[in-house]
Amino acid sequence: CPLSTRCCGPPGATPAMNCRAEVLEVSVEARQVEEAMLAVLHTVLLHRSTGKFHYKKEGTYSIGTVGTQDVDCDFIDFAYVRVSSEELDRALRKAVGEFKDALRGSGSDGMGQISLEFYQKKKSRWPFSDECIPWEVWTIKVNVVNLANEQERQICREKVGEKLCEKIINIVEVMNRHEYLPKMPTQSEVDNVFDTSLKDVQPYLYKISYQITDSLGTSVTTTMRRLIKDTLAL
Amino acid sequence: AMDTDLSSQDRKDLDKFIKFFALKTVQVIVQARLGEKICTRSSSSPTGSDWFNLAIKDIPEVTHEAKKALAGQLPAVGRSMCVEISLKTSEGDSMELEIWCLEMNEKCDKEIKVSYTVYNRLSLLLKSLLAITRVTPAYRLSRKQGHEYVILYRIYFGEVQLSGLGEGFQTVRVGTVGTPVGTITLSCAYRINLAFMSTRQFERTPPIMGIIIDHFVDRPYPSSSPMHPCNYRAGEDNGAVYPSVEDSQEVCTTSFSTSPPSQCVFTVTKAHFQTPPPVVTDTLKVPVMGLAFSHQLSSSRLSYQPAALGVGSADMGYPVLFAGGLNAAHPHQLIGPGKEGGVPPVPSQPAHGTQADQERMCTPLDGVHYSAATPSSSEDTETVSNSSEGKCGSPHDLLETIFVRKVGAFVNKPINQVTMANLDIPFAMFAPKNVELEDNDPMVNPPDSPETESPLQGSLHSEGSSGSSTGNTHDDFVMIDFKPAFSKDDILPMDLGTFYREFQNPPQLSSLSIDIGAQSMAEDLDSLPEKLAVHEKNVKEFDAFVETLQ
Repeated sequence: CPLSTRCCGPPGATPAMNCRAEVLEVSVEARQVEEAMLAVLHTVLLHRSTGKFHYKKEGTYSIGTVGTQDVDCDFIDFAYVRVSSEELDRALRKAVGEFKDALRGSGSDGMGQISLEFYQKKKSRWPFSDECIPWEVWTIKVNVVNLANEQERQICREKVGEKLCEKIINIVEVMNRHEYLPKMPTQSEVDNVFDTSLKDVQPYLYKISYQITDSLGTSVTTTMRRLIKDTLAL
Repeated sequence: AMDTDLSSQDRKDLDKFIKFFALKTVQVIVQARLGEKICTRSSSSPTGSDWFNLAIKDIPEVTHEAKKALAGQLPAVGRSMCVEISLKTSEGDSMELEIWCLEMNEKCDKEIKVSYTVYNRLSLLLKSLLAITRVTPAYRLSRKQGHEYVILYRIYFGEVQLSGLGEGFQTVRVGTVGTPVGTITLSCAYRINLAFMSTRQFERTPPIMGIIIDHFVDRPYPSSSPMHPCNYRAGEDNGAVYPSVEDSQEVCTTSFSTSPPSQCVFTVTKAHFQTPPPVVTDTLKVPVMGLAFSHQLSSSRLSYQPAALGVGSADMGYPVLFAGGLNAAHPHQLIGPGKEGGVPPVPSQPAHGTQADQERMCTPLDGVHYSAATPSSSEDTETVSNSSEGKCGSPHDLLETIFVRKVGAFVNKPINQVTMANLDIPFAMFAPKNVELEDNDPMVNPPDSPETESPLQGSLHSEGSSGSSTGNTHDDFVMIDFKPAFSKDDILPMDLGTFYREFQNPPQLSSLSIDIGAQSMAEDLDSLPEKLAVHEKNVKEFDAFVETLQ
């Protein structure tokens, strides 16, 4: 997406004013990273996705139905609910997979963070490019631990499960504050607010990025990527 | 102009929203305690029947119970709707695990738009409820129910009663939604102390109405609000059906406007379809006697598939599954795999456990009845009464329900093994096991090994016991939830896991037991001189033979 590097400022920039920022921290074993990240990201997206909008005449629209499903974790004593959308699940798994691989890579002592940012597009007139204005950013800080034996791993399964329960409760608390949400858009504006590329659900426009910190705690490493999820469609 | 009060249309809409929100809340909570994973499909085209734009199935019995509890009222200040989740063991002990409360307080938000903001926030709140129902301790308990305990629900309306949760219970708030008539709040108070309950805290609970599995039911007596199983059986399609949500005739088709919200259009249309009764599909399994029985019970399910409203059935995702296995129309039989639709008869005696006590309830409660087919029941049984609103409860409609109690039906372990469940304390199975069982634990106190030990014997039995009963020592480690990889447990009653459990303790080969081994050795030694004499006699033959080999 040509907009990726231009419209939203340098990666890791502080969010604009009026942008909510929430930070969660987890300590997990390497094999638990994927499931823990998916659990958090899916829980956030469950709350930040609607059914597909169908615009009708006179400026009214109807909303499709969002299905949900339970997901059991294999490496954590934990289960969570996600939106029933294979496309969305694939997109998250791809992002989380890259994050996990980066965490495993050299130069990392197992610390990193992954961010889920919701933004709105604001069209600008030529020659200025469109702006991406974040309105909510969720950051999960991850610390990968190495365990010595099976007994410790078993305890870790349970402990991480409990921690994730706490995180879900935290997420729900934030959601319940009913703070700023983008105004419901007209048909011409819908792609500036929602990701309409999926066939069965409609999340708010979002992007996922991550950073790996080295042992000094600074985000020195150059493996920084953005995965952009917005449409350029008219 | 000075009318800051709610317009009558808004008021009607708001009441309807709150009513259906309450019903959906109950559905989400109960479905989250069925012990199964829930899965519904997203649909890009609104079907017109999915309240709050969420695909949440309606289990008719649950809706029926909720409506009964609400009795036409809505949550208001001092009148909360509560869903109580409790656990009941096979010995009949029960304890409350959670109370989910839908309350209304007086804080009003006059400015908020009903058919737009309130509706969307209620939708968000239901999503939060979906998430939160998976993170309280009862969720994991409910996923493992079926063997030693089951999870029940009870709906009541009025004042919240939290005293049954024990000391130190915790509260989690699911969320709030402000409306012009008050603020809706949804929260859960849950017990955290699931450990051993002292007799002081224990109480014999009143009546369990309704059968989950036919082994777990007490003699009921009248109560104001009966408990219900979470993993109940839906009635068969020839009569044991609750009326579908009568208001599903009245669907919610919301249209939203992107122009000023005052132009919001909210239409309610009458549906032109009928919801057919649930169809029994062929995912039923036969609870087979013996070891397989307890294993099956946790996985036997009646697949509930109401035809989609306005959508082809191929589009329906997997609906909620809940425990099945009994056929209301054929009380003496259990539903079997539906390949030919056959209903194989089941032997009337359980292979394990004690004889069933049969108890009969003679005074059914106000209009709510459940089918109670059991293998050993010889009483007449009945189908669920079709008590729709407005015509419930005439005495001759009330049918008798049979409750059967079987003690120890799910205990597969040998009788001489001390288990916590056999001790006469309530909730024994939740007691910390390490203390009492340590003396019996062969890993802690290994049995004395015999002085001479054949190496073969040692490799067959890791404990190396000397021919004593070897079966028991392994049973301390019986896995309840053995799920062997690649084995499907939903086709045959006897699956890999069951096979493994049954045959994991084979008896020792007699030739390898040391006594017999020693005996035969002695015999061999005695017969040696004789054999040597015979061979010496034939030495010429042996020599000739050897020559041929050169």
